[in-house]
Amino acid sequence: MVIKLRLDPSSGVATYLQLVHQVKHALRLGVLMPGDRLPTIKEVVNDLAINPNTVAKAYRELEHEGFVVGRPGLGTFVRRSLGSGSTADHTRLRRDLARWVHDCREAGLDIGDMEALFATVLADSAQEGIA
Amino acid sequence: MTADRTVRMFDGGSGELTAPAQSPTALEAVRLAKRYRGTWALRDCTLSVPAGRVIALVGPNGAGKSTFLHLVAGLITPTRGSVRVFGEPVGQRAQALARVAFLAQDKPLYDGFTVAEMLRFGHHLNPGWDDALARQRLAELDIPLNRKVGKLSGGQQAQVALTIAVAKRPDLLVMDEPLANLDPVARHDVMRSLMVAVAETQLTVVLSSHVVSDLTNACDWLVVLNRGQVQISGEVDELLATHRMLSGPSELADGVAARMQVISDSRGERQADLLARTGPGTPLHDPRWTASGVSLEELVLAYLRRPDTTSLPRPALTIS
Repeated sequence: MVIKLRLDPSSGVATYLQLVHQVKHALRLGVLMPGDRLPTIKEVVNDLAINPNTVAKAYRELEHEGFVVGRPGLGTFVRRSLGSGSTADHTRLRRDLARWVHDCREAGLDIGDMEALFATVLADSAQEGIA
Repeated sequence: MTADRTVRMFDGGSGELTAPAQSPTALEAVRLAKRYRGTWALRDCTLSVPAGRVIALVGPNGAGKSTFLHLVAGLITPTRGSVRVFGEPVGQRAQALARVAFLAQDKPLYDGFTVAEMLRFGHHLNPGWDDALARQRLAELDIPLNRKVGKLSGGQQAQVALTIAVAKRPDLLVMDEPLANLDPVARHDVMRSLMVAVAETQLTVVLSSHVVSDLTNACDWLVVLNRGQVQISGEVDELLATHRMLSGPSELADGVAARMQVISDSRGERQADLLARTGPGTPLHDPRWTASGVSLEELVLAYLRRPDTTSLPRPALTIS
């Protein structure tokens, strides 16, 4: 099994969406690559003791968005990866962000302050239609 | 075995994904009521649930859960109204009964029998008995066939009872408080075992429980019974998506409460928390208000505290 799916009972996010997010996250990070097989529905059910319909719903959603494809009798396979921008861009932006985090710490902000600030800027930029 | 089994929302392990078909109705109650002597155990219960679901039946003691399950299994007859399982009136034909398995709260096992003898017993009583499935399940659970049932742990006894019910290969499995008297590990194991059975056989399950947190990820349909009536019947994801905890300044709470159905309303001097049923596009324009998701447990508790409030998103039934 390439990845194991997990649940966060306190997240307040619907279970099928948690599964969708985890697969997308693994695609973004390159943990899952095109051609990889997702765990079968029965494997996920046996791991997490959750309703098989929930897993099927998550996989259907991923298939609908074009990330995976179900092959009868074989399993569900990753079709394309996720994440935009080049690796070089990622490296540069990550370095910029690390500098920003460093500046924040110098100014006496803790993690909660930084998260709140980052979320606010993201929300502002979404409203301005920049993002 | 039956036409309904061909309607599959998913394919057990192959990963084949099929669109959710127009599932037939597994369970349909119309104005169902039951009176014991002078007391109505169930008053006016109308609901309809599609096949392939795992239905959680939740409610306080005396809400009529057990009565409802006994009516569904055909073990008692209604005083008024009707109940159908896969379109067939319950309890009138042996064929319809064979499609339903009922697991009572006091597990129907014989302490003096070995596990193997319990399986033979189940085999004799049930024409559709799947002996290979029963033995495979017990082997996976490491339950020895030659052990006397009375010598098994509570969790193992629950697993044997569940195995016998599943090996009957019913289309509908009815379980009355299957998790009662089990420790947390056994509860989790029994639920997992039930979920695997659902994945393997595509059966519809209805089970009652007090403990909502045990059901959160296992059940995809919620029915809340309160005072003998249906208070909620709906798909769990849909219920969670349409209920929000809204937090904001108390002085603005009346205005917000007037625009939507509020299930619970808790107000401090400055901040108010309203659990509201919000439409898909009920935005909060005021940035002083925040909306957050609710857990199934919060949702159930909020409704149980307000027995006059209902959430019945499904349209009224058409009676054919």
